[in-house]
Amino acid sequence: MGHRYFPHTPDDIKEMLGKCGMESLDDLYADIPDSLRLKRDYDLPPQMSENEVRDYFMDLAMTNRPLTCFAGAGFYDHYAPAVVRSILSRSEFLTAYTPYQPEVSQGTLQYIFEYQTMMSELTGLPVSNASMYDGTTAVAEAMLMCVAAGRKKDRVLVSATLNPVYREVIDTYARYHGVKVGTIPESDGITDLSALREMLENSGDIAGVILPTPNYYGILEDYDGVAEMVHSSKALLVMTAPASTLGVIRTPAEWGADIAAGEAQSLGMPLNFGGPGLGYMCCTKALMRKLPGRIVGATTDANGQRTFVLTLQAREQHIRRDKATSNICSNQGLMALYASVYLSLMGPQGLREVNELSCSGAHYLASKLVETGSFELKYPSRQFLNEFVVRYTGDGSLEDFVEISVAGGCLPGIKIADDELLVCVTETRTKEEIDRYIWRAETFSNAHTPLFTPEGETNN
Amino acid sequence: MNRKYYGKVIFELSKAGRTGYYLSPNGCNNALATLPTGLLRKDIPRLPEADEPTVVRHYTNMSANNFGVDSGFYPLGSCTMKYNPKINEEMASLPEFTGLHPHQPADTVQGALKAYHDLQRMLSEIGGMAEFTLNPYAGAHGELTGLMVIRAYHMSRGDNARTKVIIPDSAHGTNPASAAVAGLKVVEVKSLPDGTVDVEALRPLLDETVAAVMMTNPNTVGIFEHSIPEIAGMVHDAGALMYYDGANLNPMLGMARPGDMGFDVMHINLHKTFSTPHGGGGPGAGPVGVRAGLEKFLPGPRVVKHNLGDEDYFALDYDVENPSDSLGRISSWLGNFAVELRALAYILSLGKDGLAMAGPLATLNANYIKESLRDLYKLPIDRVCKHEFVFDGLADKSTGVTTLDIAKRLLDHGYHAPTIYFPLLFHESLMIEPTETESRETLDEFIAVMREIAREAAETPETVKTAPHDCPVGRPDDTAAALNPVVSFYEL
Repeated sequence: MGHRYFPHTPDDIKEMLGKCGMESLDDLYADIPDSLRLKRDYDLPPQMSENEVRDYFMDLAMTNRPLTCFAGAGFYDHYAPAVVRSILSRSEFLTAYTPYQPEVSQGTLQYIFEYQTMMSELTGLPVSNASMYDGTTAVAEAMLMCVAAGRKKDRVLVSATLNPVYREVIDTYARYHGVKVGTIPESDGITDLSALREMLENSGDIAGVILPTPNYYGILEDYDGVAEMVHSSKALLVMTAPASTLGVIRTPAEWGADIAAGEAQSLGMPLNFGGPGLGYMCCTKALMRKLPGRIVGATTDANGQRTFVLTLQAREQHIRRDKATSNICSNQGLMALYASVYLSLMGPQGLREVNELSCSGAHYLASKLVETGSFELKYPSRQFLNEFVVRYTGDGSLEDFVEISVAGGCLPGIKIADDELLVCVTETRTKEEIDRYIWRAETFSNAHTPLFTPEGETNN
Repeated sequence: MNRKYYGKVIFELSKAGRTGYYLSPNGCNNALATLPTGLLRKDIPRLPEADEPTVVRHYTNMSANNFGVDSGFYPLGSCTMKYNPKINEEMASLPEFTGLHPHQPADTVQGALKAYHDLQRMLSEIGGMAEFTLNPYAGAHGELTGLMVIRAYHMSRGDNARTKVIIPDSAHGTNPASAAVAGLKVVEVKSLPDGTVDVEALRPLLDETVAAVMMTNPNTVGIFEHSIPEIAGMVHDAGALMYYDGANLNPMLGMARPGDMGFDVMHINLHKTFSTPHGGGGPGAGPVGVRAGLEKFLPGPRVVKHNLGDEDYFALDYDVENPSDSLGRISSWLGNFAVELRALAYILSLGKDGLAMAGPLATLNANYIKESLRDLYKLPIDRVCKHEFVFDGLADKSTGVTTLDIAKRLLDHGYHAPTIYFPLLFHESLMIEPTETESRETLDEFIAVMREIAREAAETPETVKTAPHDCPVGRPDDTAAALNPVVSFYEL
């Protein structure tokens, strides 16, 4: 039986077996104990034609419903330029392995070098690696980096304002690696910095402090003076932000961070039901040799021509084995190309506009929701960029509002408590879409507001 | 592929005032301007400024510096560089999948959850396991997750002293590195001259401090570990678990299943055995399978199937408020979902018969090359191999030509090099894995070139030692790169 992916004809098989001194393909497996051999067909469907595969996937696709997205919490519906998908589909990029042979992998090495430069510009930190799996594992590995750099210190402090999904992954890595994780409490939506100061003063075993901005609630936190506080306790400061926001917000380097780690899906990548995204990680020069993952550097070739190579490999698993800075091997290479092409098209001005439009749309929606009288900002005194928390105070339940919105083709946010909604606006949301959201919110709260109060007075 | 190097980086094409995008205004007042300046960055990031045609031409020219599976033969050992079918790409690009936010309600993502569940079930059948999680992002991430499963299992029984993992000296470097990240101490066990694990050396290492034995089967020299039933028995008797590194699963397709060999936990590299493109270093996927009884330790979220009358309904079981036996969470969501869709399309395209042919044909191709070159290259282990095998450099050691030289000379001939200097068992390892998607003609041409290189090594060794001669760039100066690292354009 042939298959379109296998070039072998029956004669090829026969002659090749002859070269090996065998008569059947089974002879190639004579060394496997008989008791271990699979002596039946897999319980799987038979071979499908391309059209049958398409039908199978279309059946699945029909039961999915992409929604007009006002949800964020780590995954953002930003504009994805057509150029990026076209470049990513080039099989010279797509079907290459890790660039172990630089002479035939300059394309991969060049774009990683570009990507490193761009992430370094966004975070302000001089060294970027070639990528991590995603934001959660990037921050978890930043924690391991702090502990490795802190020698005997085995505790990290994490702000309560960090995305809880990130916290779960951090906790998992910490539990197995033997790291103690302390929580810096939050106060009205932001990290309680006086509590942090106290924790640093009262404990000598803190290797690192992990802080987000914008945080889980979308709030831009003010970390003035925090780096000095952390460094005076001989701990490292790790900061995390969605990569896109770094085009406008104060950078981790400007706050004095040693490591920046997080998710770069916001650089125009499809939502893809949560993956693949792109983890990023940057650090100071002092920490360069502790950085996990691959790093591309420039050098010259035998003819003196500028050339790019994987460098500082003495940190990595294939050389250092159990002494490596991480076990990471395959990372998100092609998504680093995504980021490079995206940022090449957008440039500094485009990234600024993305943030301006997102921020403006979010502030407009927030103010209009408050105007309905049924929503209030949970943290009215805080600054936010493009994500915010509202509390539903009207009649009926927030759950019903979400359900009605979804029925209308809109994901209105993420319910983070019974009456709290985390709402996000990106530049891809049109005014019409935002206004429809507002109309739905008004209609919903009105529908639950009785026209006549118990006293019989008209309620406007 | 380019003969002449296209050496620019995008920053060198940047010109102030050029733009490669247009965003429509949304008519809302500029709120960014109202934020306190102390919360905003002071400088403008030095990103490139370029128009769309310039960007497209730049990356297109850059791509031509690169060699992929679609360009030619890629016999990179342990990496299973098989053909990446195009229908997989088309299926993973359907907007009904790419447009889904992970926080959407389950009833709006039934197809996505079913795809995850279908693939999970199919991998369970192929691996001989009870359940898979698809959440790990790569092979090494799968190893880490699998080891966490094993630790969670031991800890659930109060067996907290099991902090060691035994790993053969032939193992992939990720194995000990993953063990270290998982907080386990690594104990190495020696291989016999035939490349298989020394059972007698393993026996005394097994005690109540061992959490697991981590093995690759066939191992990294391409040999099936024929003592595996005995090893599994010993390990289980000692109270430890067996971990299967699935990097080399490909030749087992249709022939044997890790679950039947006695392995308790395994990972699969979808970007190896299941044809998803490697993308120059990811995104891959490293699903982890477990035998019956260990399912509850898998990471969340898990996709579960409920029967509602005649209808199946899929949901996520993960509830952060209600910690269970689960080892915890190891990813943002359900892993590299778009990669998982590609693997599903591949399994459906091959079907049970096609999958069952993949393993034997991969093995046939490897043995065919081995038998065709063994007179000129040193074959340290002379046995029937599986999907890959290792030469220890040239048979004639007098030429001074090294494995590195041979690898570079292959590039001149339009082939990617094999994996070199791994495994560490031999000084001049040259590890060749052809996969099942290469034709006899391709193999014959490769064999002819390898023979030609052996002849050159004897007659004009300088030609080989100074290779490549016909690639976009020559051999780079790695030492200079590491001594004075230049890792960003603005450091050039």
